Amino acid sequence: MITATPRKDLLLMGIFTFAVLTMPIWLAPIGASYPDLLQRFAIFGIFAIGFNILFGLTGYLSFGHAAFLGVGSYTAVWSFKLLSMSVVPAVIFGVITSGLFAVVIGYISLRRSGIYFSILTLAFAQMSYNLAYSVLTPITNGETGLQLSLNDPRTLDSLVGVAATDGIPPTNFFGIEMSGYSGFYFCAILMIIGFYISMRIFRSPFGMMLRAVKSNSNRMSYTGLNMRPYTLTAFVISGMYAGLAGSLMAVTDPLAGAERMQWTASGEVVLMTILGGVGTLIGPVIGAGVIKYFENIFSAINENVLHGIFNFLPDFLEDGVVAILSLFVGEGWHLTLGMLFMLIVVFLPGGIVEGFSRIYARFRNKNNSTDGKADPIGSAKVQPGE
Amino acid sequence: MTNTTNKFKLSRRKLLTSAAAAGAGAAVFSGATPYSFVKGAYAADFRNDPSSQSFIKLGFNVPQTGPYADEGADELRAYQLAVKHLNGEGDGGMLTTMKPSSLKGNGILGKKVEYVTGDTQTKSDAARASAKRMIEKEGVTMFSGGSSSGVAIATQSLAQEMGVIFMCGLTHSNDTTGKDKRRYGFRHFFNAYQSGAALGPVLKDEMGTDRRAYHLTADYTWGWTQEESIKNTTEGLGWETVNTVKTPVGAGDFSQYITPVLNSGADVLILNHYGKDMINSLTQAVQFGLRDKQVNGKNFEIIVPLFSRLMAQGAGENIKGILGTTNWNWALQDAGSQAFVKSFGQEYGFPPSQAAHTCYVQTLLYANACEMAGTFYPPEVIKALEGFEFDGMGNGPTEYRAADHQCFKDVLVVRGNANPSTQFDLLEIVKEVPRAQVEYDPSIFGGELGPYEV
Repeated sequence: MITATPRKDLLLMGIFTFAVLTMPIWLAPIGASYPDLLQRFAIFGIFAIGFNILFGLTGYLSFGHAAFLGVGSYTAVWSFKLLSMSVVPAVIFGVITSGLFAVVIGYISLRRSGIYFSILTLAFAQMSYNLAYSVLTPITNGETGLQLSLNDPRTLDSLVGVAATDGIPPTNFFGIEMSGYSGFYFCAILMIIGFYISMRIFRSPFGMMLRAVKSNSNRMSYTGLNMRPYTLTAFVISGMYAGLAGSLMAVTDPLAGAERMQWTASGEVVLMTILGGVGTLIGPVIGAGVIKYFENIFSAINENVLHGIFNFLPDFLEDGVVAILSLFVGEGWHLTLGMLFMLIVVFLPGGIVEGFSRIYARFRNKNNSTDGKADPIGSAKVQPGE
Repeated sequence: MTNTTNKFKLSRRKLLTSAAAAGAGAAVFSGATPYSFVKGAYAADFRNDPSSQSFIKLGFNVPQTGPYADEGADELRAYQLAVKHLNGEGDGGMLTTMKPSSLKGNGILGKKVEYVTGDTQTKSDAARASAKRMIEKEGVTMFSGGSSSGVAIATQSLAQEMGVIFMCGLTHSNDTTGKDKRRYGFRHFFNAYQSGAALGPVLKDEMGTDRRAYHLTADYTWGWTQEESIKNTTEGLGWETVNTVKTPVGAGDFSQYITPVLNSGADVLILNHYGKDMINSLTQAVQFGLRDKQVNGKNFEIIVPLFSRLMAQGAGENIKGILGTTNWNWALQDAGSQAFVKSFGQEYGFPPSQAAHTCYVQTLLYANACEMAGTFYPPEVIKALEGFEFDGMGNGPTEYRAADHQCFKDVLVVRGNANPSTQFDLLEIVKEVPRAQVEYDPSIFGGELGPYEV
């Protein structure tokens, strides 16, 4: 195992920060540089980073993390409705509430491990989804989704005397509107902070303990260690990350819908983490980016666009190419994503990060055959997805 | 990790202090700034102003997956046809029959119409993400679409936030132009209240005043308001409501909801379902033998308050004799409908659905309003649409009411055709209910439109 030195970590942190903050520039050529998608990259990056703290370190595969995402969203929207349009209380309450949820769900689910744990978390998430969807309609507004309205009390805002406007006031961070690029930078900075915390956890004795749980939990218990406080802490931390992501979704777009809690959303974050690289620091962020890119850009390509791209070909060829490719874009984007996922799991069990490491290693070996060990992006140890 | 002499080490304290300092700085800097410091600098400066380019982009955001995908596909066909006609291609469709019309068939205000598409997945979140992509990335000046009221309401409030006009496609909930109405949202389609008002007298004639109704309702805004409207109508006739049960959207299997109907003592089943949900629930209700039953000495009846030809096609034989309402049907004989059916048929080989009709009309109405206003500036376009009265679009004389952005026109009561002459001749028109009978006071639903300028 390659040791992660503080210098390397700082370098990684610096590169990561720089890359995230310049996303609007370097994502422009692939058509992903518009505020909404950038916000999604950051938000789901946070979600995946948090998920990875649980799954990557302890190996506990939670299939219900979307529940915390939803709880965070609902809390944030209620904070906008009842307290203030400022995002500070919304984010704080979102994180706290989902943390409390995580304590309850984690306390029960962590009595089991492996597949039983996954099923328990899945069951809890599905329960939350159904509660939000129909039973708790007065709180969640069911399928329609919870929305702001002009008549919301917003008690804190009226206390400090924010002037009433004609329309619904925008969410703001000390006066800065949280839509567009400012919203993205707010999410991006929180993601960078979240990434830093995650890195510290990875390098801490606590992180080592979590890795020990993953590698051999039997041995851990034979040595007399009670693992549950550790796993529960990891579960709660990752639940709070999910809550943060959920509240940020509400911050950038003040609406909360039950579908955020659906099992597909829980599955999505598992895919993100595996696609990027389980147990690596940067992998989940990359995975989140790839999936969101597919969802938003590939799904928008229609036959017209394809005809536009391939109109240099002779007509009969163009029609053929478009007919085949159109299966994989538009509503067929799931197909493309599925194939990509399959290829990655089969050939790169460590995710995209493993791909990078391999390319880097080959590059190093060709140039100077001294030390072939490569660790360009802090992927101290790449473990295959389980 | 333990290398404390490393000068690169970022201590927790250093991080916290610098973060706090940065935060405080930001707060001081922005504390005195007004909330809308980037907006309204120039009155005519608006989002996605197309005046510097030779084309105008419209966004069509329809469900391509999920329970309403059939409607979504048909809506998209209609949008593409509308764009063709606006650009002066094809036979012009309703451009030739619309009165009054400022459309010239050379695009909108001389700019060629282009379009982008998106998939709402029949989910509010996905729909808003897709709409934001259209607005922020593709730069659309107007967007349209729908097939679910939940989605329509969510995207409509986004339209208001973004300052981009949203022309609702198929959305039938009272809330769209009721408590959730927005200045930037417009609906041509009719609503649940109008369905109830139109259906009432026909139900009275056909089924009498002594009936017991059982509702199965799609569990979201549209289902809720339709159940409420139909319940008010039927209870006004003297019917009793036995039970109302909410079902999830896209449930697929409705047998667990239909079994209790058999022993409930109800003699009418009202299905507040749409799209594939309605096809499934109706098919299963018929399979359970509900229609052959005699309850309380009367024939058991099923009512589907919101009907469409696409659903009738999906439900096949089961649709025969079932009553409902619809916004428009291709069998209408007026000049506007004929022109639209003709050009749609030439293009795609089959007649359009009511979803296609409303989306086509909405696109034309927006284009016409821009021409009337002489600008794309949304507040002016909105003012041109508000209170606009027109004819020749398939529903007779129609008015866009200024108070709630709801169109008022005749409503059709239809019945599943017992002896269809073609595979598309599935609905027979029982009655064209005049506009006066379905009109209501906009204040009954509450809500506020909000400001013109955002």
